[in-house]
Amino acid sequence: MSLIEARHLCVRLGGTEVLHDISLAVEPGEIITVVGPNGSGKSTLLRALLGILPPAAGRVARAPGLRLGYVPQRLQIDRSMPITVRRFLSLPVRVTDAQAAEVLVRVGMDGSATLQMAALSGGQLQRVLLARALLARPQVLMLDEPTQGLDQPGEAAFYRLIEEVRAGTGCAVLMVSHDLHVVMAASDRVVCLNGHVCCEGTPQVVSSAPEYRALFGLGTHGALALYRHEHDHDHAQPHDHHHDHDHDHHGHHHA
Amino acid sequence: MITIMTTTGTIMLEDFLLRAALAGVGLSLATGPLGAFVVWRRMAYFGDATAHAAILGVALALAADLPVAAGTLVVALAMAVTVAGLAAKGWALDTTLGVLAHSALAFGLVAVSFLPQVRTDLSAWLFGDILAVSKADLALIWGGAAVVVALLVWRWQALLAATLNEDLAHSAGIRPDRERLVLVIALALVVAVALKVVGALLISAMLIIPAAAARGAARSPEGMALGAVGVGAVSALAGLRLSLWQDTPAGPSMVVAAAAVFAASALFGRMRRM
Repeated sequence: MSLIEARHLCVRLGGTEVLHDISLAVEPGEIITVVGPNGSGKSTLLRALLGILPPAAGRVARAPGLRLGYVPQRLQIDRSMPITVRRFLSLPVRVTDAQAAEVLVRVGMDGSATLQMAALSGGQLQRVLLARALLARPQVLMLDEPTQGLDQPGEAAFYRLIEEVRAGTGCAVLMVSHDLHVVMAASDRVVCLNGHVCCEGTPQVVSSAPEYRALFGLGTHGALALYRHEHDHDHAQPHDHHHDHDHDHHGHHHA
Repeated sequence: MITIMTTTGTIMLEDFLLRAALAGVGLSLATGPLGAFVVWRRMAYFGDATAHAAILGVALALAADLPVAAGTLVVALAMAVTVAGLAAKGWALDTTLGVLAHSALAFGLVAVSFLPQVRTDLSAWLFGDILAVSKADLALIWGGAAVVVALLVWRWQALLAATLNEDLAHSAGIRPDRERLVLVIALALVVAVALKVVGALLISAMLIIPAAAARGAARSPEGMALGAVGVGAVSALAGLRLSLWQDTPAGPSMVVAAAAVFAASALFGRMRRM
């Protein structure tokens, strides 16, 4: 059974239909990226799948007892609230010091437990948010534009981390993004959204689909060419034992 | 600070002073943690609207011959729920709250003018009359504060999560709208309880200023809430002392003391950073 499945989902916000007839299933262990221009309903889709927004029509089904990890688009830690990384990890479910320390190591934030959340850089904050989401041992990890505000090396490093998490825990990942090239390389499946699902499939299929081209124009052509080059490169060496090294190389390439 | 405590101690022999001191400390138990949420969620104006509605509650209760605390609680709750409902519908909150806060106060003052027995001591409702706190008032204050503290402790984790990010809380199975309602109820309770102590006009001051003063030295949300309780209690006692010494109104004197603590903590924080 799918972990989360939307069937003919419609969502209205303030009288306007933001999402129309979306059918989408998240299977165990896959990385799905939802791409689309601003205002295409990406975040709305994520919030509807989380159960925050009620469907106006259609339905969202979640596997019984599904464990979700959610990384919000941004977390504005008001300077008026003093809170350390360690304390934040215990929200809303309290965790032990050992669990907190372990998950911080996993996201590369070793030793940050006593730092104040408001003092973290954008990249550090995203890693801490990811750490908090991982503490629930999620079957599905949902990330809403997780690399907004990060520079390109930071972005590439964050996506590598997501792939490591998937490899380590086997959780499915549903990610929303408007930056195309880096994110698509890491995905099993790409859903191109503009109020409805324009096209969907493997990154290669989507990037060559006319609907996708129409939506994102020619401006991204160069980036896509770059992406496809890498993708082909991956497939050209299917038995490459230095697979991880290849990924590192991608990161630097984009930087 | 130690001098203040000891001097207060020596004059606490008087019954009414003891009751006043206990009322001030009891109130700060509730305003400390609730005030922290008011600061974190930027609900200052929300507190004002609810507190100002209390005057209308006083007028209605007296006109209907009901207990004043019940009247203020009901009207404050109605106001708080209305404001929270409008906020959820996405009204321009700043304007809405401004309209509601000032209208509630004006309607209350006009309604009170029809009641001769209140007209004479209107300032007691506006600025509090802590030196006239009776044993029954004291029971109400401590009982109300205990309910507020219990409510906040019970919902603490969920409230903090929903305050940081509503979507994040929701994804963990928390209903942010319910947590908001918890704060709304706590706020109405505090208003009903605080009316006698600091009066309708200065309730928000006792919510915001101690919490803001505790922010500087705090490292955790819990630390800030406890610090706010401490600052509130010290301000209440110091204000009472000031009031006896200089014959100043007690409620405003407490706020003056809290403001002084805030100024000192802000100054200390700035010097430490230099």
